[in-house]
Amino acid sequence: MDIKVNVRESEGDAYVVDLTGEIDVYTSPKVKDAISELIDQEHYNLVINLEKVRYIDSTGLGVLIGGLKRVREHGGSVNLVCTNPQIKKIFDITGLVKIFGIFDDEQGAMKALV
Amino acid sequence: MNPALAADPSFGKIELRIPAKAEWVAVARLAVAAVASRIHFSVDEIEDIKLAIAEACTNCIGHGGEGNQIEITSEIFSDEMRISVRDRSLGHKLESVEKDTGFAEGKRTEELGVFLIRALMDEVTYDVDARAGTELTMIKRVS
Repeated sequence: MDIKVNVRESEGDAYVVDLTGEIDVYTSPKVKDAISELIDQEHYNLVINLEKVRYIDSTGLGVLIGGLKRVREHGGSVNLVCTNPQIKKIFDITGLVKIFGIFDDEQGAMKALV
Repeated sequence: MNPALAADPSFGKIELRIPAKAEWVAVARLAVAAVASRIHFSVDEIEDIKLAIAEACTNCIGHGGEGNQIEITSEIFSDEMRISVRDRSLGHKLESVEKDTGFAEGKRTEELGVFLIRALMDEVTYDVDARAGTELTMIKRVS
């Protein structure tokens, strides 16, 4: 089980973090490191693409929440791209749909950052 | 014992013991999912079980010391599955496992895990013993 993390610059100052695989207690530190590094470099507008994520648990959610809190301190935001119904369900159950912008495609997530 | 839980002798009890380390949680959730697939759970229900078992194991890791082990017992019946997750560490905080309120942004990851377990499974009970450790028992019924 592993997670692949790809970070790329997008429009304006926004960055996209593409994740592929499963985010759990073992793999979430890798995701946290990638997001923290972007924030440390003063990039506060992020799109995290979960389209290729097959599984996420509370540690993964915790990493996303932590990233969102940090960017908000600087007036930034984190939008998510998520189409997997099972993962969407987890965001619904936990009420995180209310604090994250969740979009069906990257274009929508990018547009909403601005 | 609840008669509805009387085990069908054609099914059985499957036991798994893993080191209380992050890299083993995926093994636990995949093994339990394989057991769950023996009865007529939907794909979504099996995903719920996988997440609940992972959260339970993650909780054990958070509290356990070096060398701690997690014991997972799965029992399948005709229309439900009972899973118990036991660890013998003494570090569990009862107040955190007993909380059953809705998720708020300020909740800690551990509380979020417990919240998810309660949301995804049909019955959840904790048995916290200061000397023997903690046993979490979860039941998921076929819808």
